[in-house]
Amino acid sequence: MTIDWPTILPLIAATLMGVAILIYVILDGFDLGIGILFAVAGDHEQDRMISAIGPFWDANETWLVLAVGLLLVAFPIAHGTILTALYIPVFILLVGLILRGVAFDFRAKVPAGHKQRWNRLFFLGSLTASLAQGYMLGVYVLGLRTGFPAFVFGALVAMCLAAAYVAMGAAWLIYKTEGELQKKAVLWLRSALVFTVFGMVAVSIATPLASPRIFDRWFLFPELLYLSPLPILSAILFLLLWRKTFQLPRPDGRQELAPFLILSAIFALGFAGLAWSFYPYVVPDRVTIWQAASATESLALILAGTAVVLPIILFYSFYAYRVFGGKAGDLTYD
Amino acid sequence: MDAVMFSRIQFAANISFHILFPSITIALGWVLLFFKLRYNSTHDTAWMRAYFTWVKVFALSFAMGVVSGVTMSFQFGTNWPGYMEHVGNIAGPLLAYEVLTAFFLEAVFLGIMLFGFRRVPNKVHTLATFLVAFGTTMSAFWILALNSWMQTPAGFEMRDGVAHAIDWWAIVFNPSFPYRLIHMLLASGLTVCFLMAGISALRYLAGDRSESMMKAMRTGIYAGAILIPIQIFAGDQHGLNTLEHQPQKIAAMEANWKTGPNIPLVLFAWPDESAKENHFEISIPNGASLILRHHADGVVPGLDQFEGNHPPVLPLFWGFRIMVGTGLLMLLVSWLGAVYLWRRDSVPHWLAYVMVPMGLSGWLATLAGWYTTEIGRQPWLVTGILRTDEAVGGVAASHVATTLAIYLLLYAGLLASYLGVLVHLALKAAREGDSAPLPAVLEQALAQPVADR
Repeated sequence: MTIDWPTILPLIAATLMGVAILIYVILDGFDLGIGILFAVAGDHEQDRMISAIGPFWDANETWLVLAVGLLLVAFPIAHGTILTALYIPVFILLVGLILRGVAFDFRAKVPAGHKQRWNRLFFLGSLTASLAQGYMLGVYVLGLRTGFPAFVFGALVAMCLAAAYVAMGAAWLIYKTEGELQKKAVLWLRSALVFTVFGMVAVSIATPLASPRIFDRWFLFPELLYLSPLPILSAILFLLLWRKTFQLPRPDGRQELAPFLILSAIFALGFAGLAWSFYPYVVPDRVTIWQAASATESLALILAGTAVVLPIILFYSFYAYRVFGGKAGDLTYD
Repeated sequence: MDAVMFSRIQFAANISFHILFPSITIALGWVLLFFKLRYNSTHDTAWMRAYFTWVKVFALSFAMGVVSGVTMSFQFGTNWPGYMEHVGNIAGPLLAYEVLTAFFLEAVFLGIMLFGFRRVPNKVHTLATFLVAFGTTMSAFWILALNSWMQTPAGFEMRDGVAHAIDWWAIVFNPSFPYRLIHMLLASGLTVCFLMAGISALRYLAGDRSESMMKAMRTGIYAGAILIPIQIFAGDQHGLNTLEHQPQKIAAMEANWKTGPNIPLVLFAWPDESAKENHFEISIPNGASLILRHHADGVVPGLDQFEGNHPPVLPLFWGFRIMVGTGLLMLLVSWLGAVYLWRRDSVPHWLAYVMVPMGLSGWLATLAGWYTTEIGRQPWLVTGILRTDEAVGGVAASHVATTLAIYLLLYAGLLASYLGVLVHLALKAAREGDSAPLPAVLEQALAQPVADR
């Protein structure tokens, strides 16, 4: 591999896109998960759950726009190929995101009698958006294949990703709430974890089986040796988290952020595994990141801007999370 | 109908729904900053009440804009893959800069602006309000740069059917960009002015005479009265710019079939594209020549110059007239309102009744204007480079039609809910007036953010 700009820039763009997707999955993961948990929460609890995500959700979703944006602008050919192949699931994702995004605001502003309707739409939107994302991941893992087996696998991943989001949502609630709701959140987290583990194992087994190329990436010596920490570390983190669900909430109120951080680490490890499997392809087994990349000068302009702006974005995002740190109270406009 | 037509209608439906909300938030952000700054300097709580009333409208409009905007970013790929394949090198960086410099800024500081009044120092809250307004405007800057480039491309060269950038300054500040940006920012300003005046008039009719309502009404009517003549001038300049760079669009807007001098200004007609003539025409002799060339003998280009390469005439002709007609009504209503407010500090009942439906006049004019300019770009997606039917993806027409039907139902439902909530919020505010305490806040606490230090 030669080291020159046309080689390096697509690589940097792909890395940035990966980071944006990972941040999106972690951040919007918790608020989508909380949306799904709406189905099992009481009226007062729902208000508190909204307070726990209200100031953040919009910025969380912007990471999706950045990820799709980077795919669109850095790898235009891949953007077209992937999204036309996933036409219907993308459509369902969008309808879900539209419904939940506005239900958020509507539920707080409509006459009291209509609130329940928007709560239901918030739940439904969050659920369909999560399922659609999981389905897209499943089909992508199989190399955008169609047919019944691909559909079944997609559906399986869909349910597991939704469960993983529920786990993230519950973990966030453990951090942001107290009392009865917090205790419930611990139980929600434990149930969701079972499905999450199931899903991650399913994807890990199916990915190498779906493609001989990926199989070779993982199960040849010495790659096997370098990569073994990924699954082993994930397993250890899962066990640690499982144990934590029996210790929380602690009377001294400590370690409440721990489940969320551990889950984020597991997501990051899983994501790293996927990235390793697919590199250097952006459309599995068809188009590499270099084949799909935009012109070098356009990429340079995008990345120069990103290099300057991204640290600023991260800085003020942290600031916003700090401003709304601590337990969620009542959310008001004043 | 085929997949191309369904895809076009779908994109038009999505972007029409989307533009309704940015056209509110772009200007409303600055109006909220104005309210906040007035409160900071006068300590008059009525300004803050007006702020809290309108920040709710902002939050709701912003959410609607965000979710419909996410849809757009996916649709480039799902429906129009050819677009990014051919001009991705130009469109990509512009869209990327919109996300980087605008979306994150507004999304992050929106949280602080909406819910942070009692959590951050007052100055930081004011700064957050400014940054949100600035972010929405930056967003308009980038997206209009891209849209204008599609209308009047510059600063690039084609290599193997793919556009490559050679001069970014020329790309961003392409010939129609300054006109289009100013026209759109003013349109947003007017949309908000008339929405404010309309909602305030509704509260007025419901018996509300509170100071916070009057402050919003004065802001809407006075600012509208100032902006509308500026907009008429800016629109005229934009038209002259279009005549220079896209004469076929002007010819279709004027339903002028033949090139020549002494072209009349057609006020009313039913353009017939197959017969290449107008039915039921009412026109002012030499009018178009006078407006476009400032001379009765001025030669105005006609559609005969652009055989097979001009946009459909009927929608352009009427879209343009609806926009101009709405603009003239806005001029009349805002100036009447301003005179009454100036003389008596109130408006007569009949005028309030007119102002309520005029609350949506900004939407009507903005949509009509966008339809004129975007249909006016056809048959090109990017003028002279990429035809619309070359960019469409391979998705089956039935899929596009099905999703289109669901989008339309969804948008209709959301729009009805949105308007319903605006009316509900207005009537609730009218009942409460300035006497009721703000939610969970004592009258005194209102003036003092908790974290003010």
